[in-house]
Amino acid sequence: MKIIVGRDLLLANNDQAGVNRVLFKQSKVVAINLISSPGSGKTTLMEKTAGMLAGRLKIGVVVGDLYTERDAVRIEKAGAAAVQINTEGLCHLTADMVYRALQEMPPEELDVLFIENVGNLVCPAAFDLGEQMKVAVLSVTEGIDKPSKYPTIFREAGAVVISKEDLLPYTDFDLDTCLAELKEINDQLKIFITSAKTGLGLNEWCSWLESLAGAE
Amino acid sequence: MHELSLIQALIETVAHSAVENDIAKVNTVKIVVGEVYGALPDALDFAFRVLTKDTVCEGAVLEIDKTPLVLKCGACGSEYQPDEINWKCPACGAGGVTAISGKELYVDYYEGD
Ligand SMILES: [Zn+2]
Repeated sequence: MKIIVGRDLLLANNDQAGVNRVLFKQSKVVAINLISSPGSGKTTLMEKTAGMLAGRLKIGVVVGDLYTERDAVRIEKAGAAAVQINTEGLCHLTADMVYRALQEMPPEELDVLFIENVGNLVCPAAFDLGEQMKVAVLSVTEGIDKPSKYPTIFREAGAVVISKEDLLPYTDFDLDTCLAELKEINDQLKIFITSAKTGLGLNEWCSWLESLAGAE
Repeated sequence: MHELSLIQALIETVAHSAVENDIAKVNTVKIVVGEVYGALPDALDFAFRVLTKDTVCEGAVLEIDKTPLVLKCGACGSEYQPDEINWKCPACGAGGVTAISGKELYVDYYEGD
């Protein structure tokens, strides 16, 4: 017997993402899905951001990890609320995991919620979490070919944070080519060139977050 | 990597439907996967073989229909397959496009007894 199904495989996730989206809107929180390769410096960026915005914005971070890394502890020390999700090997967060994390960290008490996705550029791009915006983090130590290899994430993102700028002299990363390529893929992208070490670009990044939170 | 979770969702969908339709053994499953997901057929196949163990789909053949990415220009109406990086309309250069193919992700049908 042949059964015609025609059911979208992401339906369950998309339904839950819709629920999250309504919750974020009602709570007046800006939810940002933060996507990067492993080792891009996402957690350090979150630490610095939480420290710089302490007293100005209430920040929450959902930290997704393949296995425990206790990144949430680092972020809490910097002054943000944090919940860790261990995906037990799953390569992306799902809308349901985020929803469960929100039970621990009520969104109405926050201005900005970062959802720090599991480190890779492919799978997280396919799963809607209900966020308002995706932000990609790209470090100069990763090489220049990321935008052309993974165009989907850069096409869907609202902003890109280029991290570890201080390491530029020690890599063959060509910043101009990278910027040109990012523009080619998505000319609406907001681009921040940053270094957590020297502080470069972090003020612009934080001001931008404040304007997003104010605009909501 | 996300091939695993796509296949997990596929098995749940088919298993649920098989119960409703009184099917004890599934022989073939056909899925449609758009190009944008970047899912590799070999990885889908592997995930299917691993994850169907002890389910109604164990031993079934997975057929994969990969749909190419086709965009439609919002300005001039041209339909085209974009290159990897540049998604702009080759006819008029406009940037506003909608995908008319390549974003599908669903179980088309399955066959069983
Ligand atoms: Zn056109």
